[in-house]
Amino acid sequence: MLILGIETSCDETAAAVVEDGRRILSNVISSQVELHAQYGGIVPELASRAHIENIMPVIDEALVKSGKRLNELDAVAVTAGPGLIGALLVGVSAAKALAYTAGLPLVGVNHIEGHLSAIFLERDDVEMPFVLLVVSGGHTHIYLVRGCCDYEKLGQTRDDAAGEAYDKVAKLMGLGYPGGPVIDRLASAGDPKKVKFPRSRLEPGSLDFSFSGLKTAVLNHVRAYKGVPIPEADVADICASFQAAVVEVLVEKTVQAAVATGARDIVIAGGVAANRALRDGLTAAAGKAGKRALIPSPILCTDNAAMIAAAGYRLFMAGKVSGLDLNPQANLPMERMHS
Amino acid sequence: MAGTLTLRLDAPEKTRALGEAVGRLAGPGCYICLYGDLGAGKTTFVQGLAAGLGVTEAYITSPSFALVNEYAGRLTLYHIDLYRLSGPDDLADIGFSEYPGAGVAAVEWPERAGEYLPDERLDIFIEYDGEGRSIRLAAYGKSCEALLEAICRTS
Repeated sequence: MLILGIETSCDETAAAVVEDGRRILSNVISSQVELHAQYGGIVPELASRAHIENIMPVIDEALVKSGKRLNELDAVAVTAGPGLIGALLVGVSAAKALAYTAGLPLVGVNHIEGHLSAIFLERDDVEMPFVLLVVSGGHTHIYLVRGCCDYEKLGQTRDDAAGEAYDKVAKLMGLGYPGGPVIDRLASAGDPKKVKFPRSRLEPGSLDFSFSGLKTAVLNHVRAYKGVPIPEADVADICASFQAAVVEVLVEKTVQAAVATGARDIVIAGGVAANRALRDGLTAAAGKAGKRALIPSPILCTDNAAMIAAAGYRLFMAGKVSGLDLNPQANLPMERMHS
Repeated sequence: MAGTLTLRLDAPEKTRALGEAVGRLAGPGCYICLYGDLGAGKTTFVQGLAAGLGVTEAYITSPSFALVNEYAGRLTLYHIDLYRLSGPDDLADIGFSEYPGAGVAAVEWPERAGEYLPDERLDIFIEYDGEGRSIRLAAYGKSCEALLEAICRTS
């Protein structure tokens, strides 16, 4: 079974061909990061335009690299949300046109469902139900995943997403965009205990997150320099201390969710899952609690279309096919996607 | 001449309480612009505003990623964040001029919209002066001035 996956929800134009939901034949990603870096964030209008320019060459390249032709495919899977509406529209329109002209079934995929499916590209021993931490620029959610389309939300951020906190902290320190990789890199030279930033744990037992107060604490700390350039060593310490505050709470609550639900496996997904400190921290804490942390390779954590094809395969096999009237939605909760 | 009101805010609860008061008094088409740095308390204000509008959604989360979050309440609340926009050219992409219709718009980082902000609006400046925060409200247009007068009576 060959699935073409298409992903345009944010700043990557991506297409991939995946066989049987498992074997990646091609995985093409055209990143717009450089285009948006000068603005310190995504510019929606620019993103849509760049997607329009990239989408057909990227799909062509994915097909050529896979060695397959359009008429050999079994279905087209595409991200229908959540994301930037103008960006999503480009991928969904291209997918509909391909599905219609080639007579292929169309499968609408939730972007988060795509992220969680990345692990199936690399492992076939994931035990259900598992605890899923989705952590990216727009999401910080904990789910219990019981099977295809069976998701229960256990916790979520009450204000900012973790990736957003990284981006905003990087911006207020003048470190550039995106914030995650640069803070992760600078943090490796810093002391994570140097600055005591707050850990927001909320009520006992809560699996929700809050990162807004942490962002403000970093801002107040940086303000104390009164506009004088922050010495390099201090930047490293601030980055390390901020990262420790984020990672500690993410790890603690995710492991807590696995203990509370009795799930053995913990999967993390989303762009922040590429973060070295989070990967190391979760792997260690899961091991201590008798749990297993399963983390996709960094290239499959950030936005890509192979994960969309992998999710599309599972949905297709479960009979969850979309009509050609599929419309993208900016806000699309995963637990309500196929209900 | 716009009507203004300035208040000291010594705790986040006060920002929230003021938001809630505005939410209870706001009418259809009410347009609120929130000015202030990262961490000033803009989202805290909107959380109060949502409560005052009778929004039942558990959490009012940051709209930075999706740009517009919509909540059903006594009046529909559109929580808009222009932080990631580079300037007015991007506004058409999110259908900026369509908001708020008969609902209420709360716009963070309205500076990005430049001259495309409506003439009738309630500007809210949350400022940090080294010791604490103050909040300044300025109303433009009849309906917003009436709203501000009502807020003054309750604050």
